[in-house]
Amino acid sequence: MLKYILKKLLVMVLTLWIIITLTFVLMVSVPGSPFNSEGNSNEIVQQNLEKHYNLDKPLHVQYLLYLKSVATLDFGPSIKQPNQTVNDLLGRGFPISAELGFITIIVAVISGIILGILAALRHNGIIDYMAMGIAVLGISIPNFILATLLIQNLAVNWEIFPVATWKSPMHMVLPVFALATGPMAIIARLTRSTMLEVLTQDYIKMARAKGLTPWKIIVKHALRNALMPVITIMGTLLAGIMTGSFVIEQIFAIPGMGKYFVESINHRDFPVIMGTTVFYSAFLIVMLFLVDIAYGILDPRIKVTKKEGE
Amino acid sequence: MKSNQHPQHFTKDNAPDEWFTWRNKNIKEQELVARPSLSYWKDAWRRLKKNFLAMSGLVFLILLVLMAIFGPIFSPYDANTQVLSEQYQPPSAEHWFGTDGAGRDVFTRTWHGARISLFVGFMAALIDVTIGIIWGGISGYKGGRTDNVMMRIIEILYGIPYLLVVILLLVVMGPSLMTIIIALTVTGWVGMARIVRGQVMQIKNYEYVLASKSFGTKTPRIIRKGLLPNTMGPIIVQMTLTVPSAIFAEAFLSFIGLGISSPNASWGVMANDSLGAILSGNWWTLFFPAFFISFTMFAFNVLGDGLQDALDPKLRK
Amino acid sequence: MEKILEVNDLHVTFTTYGGTVQAVRGVDFHLNKGETLAIVGESGCGKSVTSNAIMGLIPNPPGKIIGGRILFKGKDLTRLHEKKMRSIRGVDISMIFQDPMTALNPTLTIGTQLMEGLKQHRKVSDKEAKKRALEMMDLVGIPNPEERLKQYPHQFSGGMRQRIVIAIALICEPELLIADEPTTALDVTIQAQILELFEKIQNVTGVSIILITHDLGVVAKIADRIAVMYAGKIIETGTKREIFYTPQHPYTKGLLNSVPRLDAKGKLKPIDGTPPDLFSPPKGCPFTARCPMAMEVCNKIYPASSDLSDSHSVNCWLQDERAKQLLATMVTN
Repeated sequence: MLKYILKKLLVMVLTLWIIITLTFVLMVSVPGSPFNSEGNSNEIVQQNLEKHYNLDKPLHVQYLLYLKSVATLDFGPSIKQPNQTVNDLLGRGFPISAELGFITIIVAVISGIILGILAALRHNGIIDYMAMGIAVLGISIPNFILATLLIQNLAVNWEIFPVATWKSPMHMVLPVFALATGPMAIIARLTRSTMLEVLTQDYIKMARAKGLTPWKIIVKHALRNALMPVITIMGTLLAGIMTGSFVIEQIFAIPGMGKYFVESINHRDFPVIMGTTVFYSAFLIVMLFLVDIAYGILDPRIKVTKKEGE
Repeated sequence: MKSNQHPQHFTKDNAPDEWFTWRNKNIKEQELVARPSLSYWKDAWRRLKKNFLAMSGLVFLILLVLMAIFGPIFSPYDANTQVLSEQYQPPSAEHWFGTDGAGRDVFTRTWHGARISLFVGFMAALIDVTIGIIWGGISGYKGGRTDNVMMRIIEILYGIPYLLVVILLLVVMGPSLMTIIIALTVTGWVGMARIVRGQVMQIKNYEYVLASKSFGTKTPRIIRKGLLPNTMGPIIVQMTLTVPSAIFAEAFLSFIGLGISSPNASWGVMANDSLGAILSGNWWTLFFPAFFISFTMFAFNVLGDGLQDALDPKLRK
Repeated sequence: MEKILEVNDLHVTFTTYGGTVQAVRGVDFHLNKGETLAIVGESGCGKSVTSNAIMGLIPNPPGKIIGGRILFKGKDLTRLHEKKMRSIRGVDISMIFQDPMTALNPTLTIGTQLMEGLKQHRKVSDKEAKKRALEMMDLVGIPNPEERLKQYPHQFSGGMRQRIVIAIALICEPELLIADEPTTALDVTIQAQILELFEKIQNVTGVSIILITHDLGVVAKIADRIAVMYAGKIIETGTKREIFYTPQHPYTKGLLNSVPRLDAKGKLKPIDGTPPDLFSPPKGCPFTARCPMAMEVCNKIYPASSDLSDSHSVNCWLQDERAKQLLATMVTN
């Protein structure tokens, strides 16, 4: 198990390093200096930038100092918003984005698993077709289109929910719904297919031969094994929810990190783009790592194969 | 014990005497009823045809491709000519899908958008498949150390958040048709490579591959003739999922200001441009691009599902 | 002797893509208390379907018992409600599956899987359940049972896993044990150990056993009586001695000739051809097309059962007087 964790840790650090390096290389290779763009004539900002990125030093020194500042979680100043550092923006925006993401993933996982199990247990029945119909639609309709439809109908026309911003639970309903539908659909389909496969396994037949009740067979024997693959895609789903939140936060005017990120893209505010990318990547990679560890704990086979193997 | 299920009601006691003769050997051969054996692809096609949803998806996609090619020809309007007097016309006999805020015909623009969205989708899928097959094929076939190194690279690339890298690349390169396709495929091929590798690893130990190896067949030939045809199923299924996710990614990029804007707009750009318009009641400007994005993704998804069922040898009976 | 199980005219079908498969077509047999009956046949002959039918584990759809009775201690199992059937499964009738590698849930400990049947059917405390589990581990010959209970299936070898599966099947002290190819997936040396275990268990618990197998070697070791199954029908039954020394059906003879034996000279003779398609089974004897002794009548009427002794009966036209005359003329020519 320790070896398994160490190996995953190594991959994690390598991936992080590649992303940080990639952002640096890309920024340096932007035609002209990204920190000199025409719109930027503010003296103070320019000085801050030069100081943070050590623009007066040779490239390799810049790179090393950049690595150091990232390692100490200092992402430097913003170009377009003087007197604001990237850290300020993250500190303000990230908690809101994290809240949105957390609620979304909870909603998506619970509803997706329930939908998937119902579909599998009523294989080829009406519930199955309905659940999978919902799931295919959920995957097919991009979240920004769903969000617009929701605002148009539920907020503007029928006035059931507020149109935008992030203040009360009522404000959360529409953005969470728009953001959770896609991941929910993916989880539902995956749960259904693995559940169907697990239900044909010999150990399920064996459990039936023991005279266990169907409820016990499903909860104790089938579900746990069927949910393993769901855990493996959690990382991918988190990434999807995170990038999805860029758009959703913009559409619903939620003052989260995603909104600042999109604004920074539109303004070509490179330090913010770099900082946010690195921060989000690091966040996701750590999440992926935790998912891997969780999987290792839940599946008893991994411990031994990793111990014996290699 | 009774045997009354036989229509003749013959039993041991009343069986006619003349039937007690040895059987002619030739009769035996006549009775060997051979079940028609279908080839893999024919069998898969037979099963796909039975899947109504998948076939509807296929038909929709064929029609979509045809309209993307020929649609603009039938339209009297140009996709980019702005007619300010014709702003926000609702759908009518003249403008089937209405006009947008700049007085451009949405019908014509939709098919132009289809060209771009489909081109991005298919190109991304094609490049993914090419790199994925080469990488996964070599990695899986060579095995051992080569495989180990190649898989570590994949593992690291897999950990990099896909859309973040795409955004980063586009911010630097500037959004255009070419750069979007490049950005989408830089790490996009990883999934395909994994699938190909898994398939190749499984098949390479089958008898027929070992046999051709023992005859001294060269590696590229074994990969081409022995392995690839048998890995095509999962590859095709993966492709049907890559195309819509590329179309989605392109639309997503349009929304965060990294879309292709000139000269013709993609569906994503059209939808993004119309976000404000729908609040003022001009729903059609958003509806048509949004409908086609969603329905194209839907068609690819159901087709992919259908293909997966049809091509899965486990279900063959 | 007391009959613990009696199967009469059992019919099971499966509805699939290509049509309806008549997997079991009128099977009759019985099992006496404390004996071991082997059901022998090629794969696909319906022997596993028969055992699943007894357990009430035919997946419906696509499978369905369309006729016949399964009398267990006088109760017709085919008419029992699922809830009632559940109180019989694992308690009165237990089953052992072919592949011990897949029969155990990889994510649960051996102890959990061993005790859950007991906890389901009997009101026992955790302590009692554990005591019973340890007894069972001991009975099936697993060393360090206390420690082994906490381990997962992947920490056991194939033979050890099959011992666990047997322990699971026996923990509620069933009266009938159905073993579906219990040694097929195991190494030859392990096979012998498992067979010895079966004998030991029968001596200790007095359980009646139905052994489903295609391996006549296994049968020779532990069966009391044998039923030979072909294309969804039982074509010959008898004691082990009768089937091995005086087989009557050409198929039974063929089976015996295709098994390597130390005492017999000459080559192994495989049975030519393949079993008939059970989508549209022949109305006569299903073995006709492969039978070296086939007559015209064989293809037209299914032969009735002829009794050769109290225990030995066969469904074959060669038992008919007219066939015996035909044989006699052939020999004189």
